[in-house]
Amino acid sequence: MLSKVGVVGAGVMGVGVAQVCAQAGHPVTLVDVGAQQLQRARKLIERQVRIDHMMGRSAGADGDPAARIRYETGLQVLEACDLVVENAPERVEVKRPIYEGLDEHCAPGCVLIANTSAIPIAKLASYTSRPAQVIGVHFMNPVPLRPTVEVVRAEKTSDEVVDFTCRFLESIGKRFVLVNDGPGFVSNRVLMLTINEAIRALEDGVADAESIDRIFCECFGHTMGPLATADLIGLDTIESTLDVLESEFGDPRFHPAARLSDTVRRGHLGRKTRRGFFDYRA
Amino acid sequence: MKMETARDVIRTFLTDSLDAPDLGESEDIFAAGLVGSMFALQLVEFVESRFEIEIENEDLELENFNSVLGIVRLVERKRPA
Repeated sequence: MLSKVGVVGAGVMGVGVAQVCAQAGHPVTLVDVGAQQLQRARKLIERQVRIDHMMGRSAGADGDPAARIRYETGLQVLEACDLVVENAPERVEVKRPIYEGLDEHCAPGCVLIANTSAIPIAKLASYTSRPAQVIGVHFMNPVPLRPTVEVVRAEKTSDEVVDFTCRFLESIGKRFVLVNDGPGFVSNRVLMLTINEAIRALEDGVADAESIDRIFCECFGHTMGPLATADLIGLDTIESTLDVLESEFGDPRFHPAARLSDTVRRGHLGRKTRRGFFDYRA
Repeated sequence: MKMETARDVIRTFLTDSLDAPDLGESEDIFAAGLVGSMFALQLVEFVESRFEIEIENEDLELENFNSVLGIVRLVERKRPA
């Protein structure tokens, strides 16, 4: 099944989603408000596709996947899409006008997939006139390498949309775990508290960053500790996800640790800026 | 103090990152299964930032990245004379 896929947001997640969809053969339109961001996205995708080719790992459909992606700056170009994956920054005030715009421009049958870390899907669906067509898919970073996603069914999501989404995910080679709606779903409700608490342990001088992560890797057998995971996800995303969870649950346990906010303010966002809790400058 | 050559820098980056202290200079790191595509991207970015060169898509060929020697040759070619 090939679908016309729209991808909104050309940040780390949007780029990954566009890439895997194109590699599976789906025609993709990647939309972002920033022309510069789109240019960067094009370069990254072309580079990654070339690297996969170089390594003999060109997956999926024949032809050049990078050539299946169009880069555009307005939501109106998504009118012919069968589905749209929204990857805007994790703030309701940013996402809300996007859902209103998608509702205005997309065909009535178009499925709207929210790739959000923590915002309840029902809330995003309420900004449209088609809540049955809205579903959550929490992709993991890096999208091309993570085999499984969390699919989030909101109360009003229709059975057909759940089925369609699961078939689409199979077409791009992703396995999925279906869960019900709620702030942070399962993944981030649990993970964000762990990361935040690991940062607080660091603040309190209980251990240094390396020791904290070693406990998880060597004692619990995790492949990555909470601080390295935070660096991989992006510390700005961690902070905004915690903000969402704190406001949705009204629970101060989710209040971002001071050291996290300081690190973000200094512009050290983890791997993507080569500095976070660890240094990646080599 | 001895100047660190491009060859030293690349060899150290690869042996440290891949935890392969005995890596040969012409050993194919891709064929040996040591490298995933995420590391390959990091390697390209490292070469760009460390040697202040821009890697074009046309440069992303196996022989330019699959060994210490291949990367050294690429860097020497791309660096301003």
